[in-house]
Amino acid sequence: MSSLAFPLLAAVDPIPGSTYIIPALFLFFVATTIAGTLIAVAARRIIRSVCGLAVCCLGLAGLYYFLNSPFLALMELLIYVGAVCVTIIFAVMLAEPEEPARQVKRVTYWLAVAATLIVAGAIFWSLARLGVCGDWPTLAINQSSGSVETIGVKLLTQYSFAFEAISLVLLVAILGALAIARSGRHNA
Amino acid sequence: MKPLLDSVLQLHNQPAPYLVLAAFVLAAGLYGLVRRRTLVGMIISGELLFGAASLNFMAVNRFFAPDPAVGQIFVLFIMGLAAAEVAIALSIIIAVYRNYGSIKSRELTDLKR
Repeated sequence: MSSLAFPLLAAVDPIPGSTYIIPALFLFFVATTIAGTLIAVAARRIIRSVCGLAVCCLGLAGLYYFLNSPFLALMELLIYVGAVCVTIIFAVMLAEPEEPARQVKRVTYWLAVAATLIVAGAIFWSLARLGVCGDWPTLAINQSSGSVETIGVKLLTQYSFAFEAISLVLLVAILGALAIARSGRHNA
Repeated sequence: MKPLLDSVLQLHNQPAPYLVLAAFVLAAGLYGLVRRRTLVGMIISGELLFGAASLNFMAVNRFFAPDPAVGQIFVLFIMGLAAAEVAIALSIIIAVYRNYGSIKSRELTDLKR
């Protein structure tokens, strides 16, 4: 927590400038997320795009840490960077998606880019405005700690049905992926 | 200068930066989903959309929800769904590549002929 929240701590601040460490880390993770997102969307080579997704997930993991959830930060790293990105890289190696070479850009191309940018910008603007100026409720007082222990207990008691459902979904997804990939091999 | 510095120092304790960032990632993911020409690129943009939704859930969970465990469990489910989606979609992409020899979305036009 920032020492600004605790004036006594700020008074006995042992290292000069240590007040700025946490906000600087926060800004660093925000910048990482934005940069990763832009790389993932705008890079022309697909492998750089995958790396951008990994960088973006790294920043998101840091932000989860700031949102009081180190558990989810680790899960984000494990699942997205460790599993999803690696799986996508496997697909890139198997299917060699060559982005089309740079060609003459016609007017329709730039029109399409402008239209997409306008739509995405409108969505961003409206949602960001809602987030900043929206009539949010007052800050809630946490009734329980969001520790890993609490999550585990709730997963196996209150949310046990959803827990079983997601495990079934994963099982079906694995079997379906195997079936689809196998049938493709038979046709070839 | 001092109030501005103080507001920047308190930025990580407010919901607005997280919500704005989630909106940005969502918009960028939508842009990529429309503009990408290969199926793998579209999947990457889809993952960005999942990330935006997760960040939004976690921000609202941290600042407005009385029980901080609920949002984390929900985001865990989103991650599980994202993993399942990637597994299925990538196997579909491999099958498409075997049948068409390409994964450009422009060339998957069997129904047109």
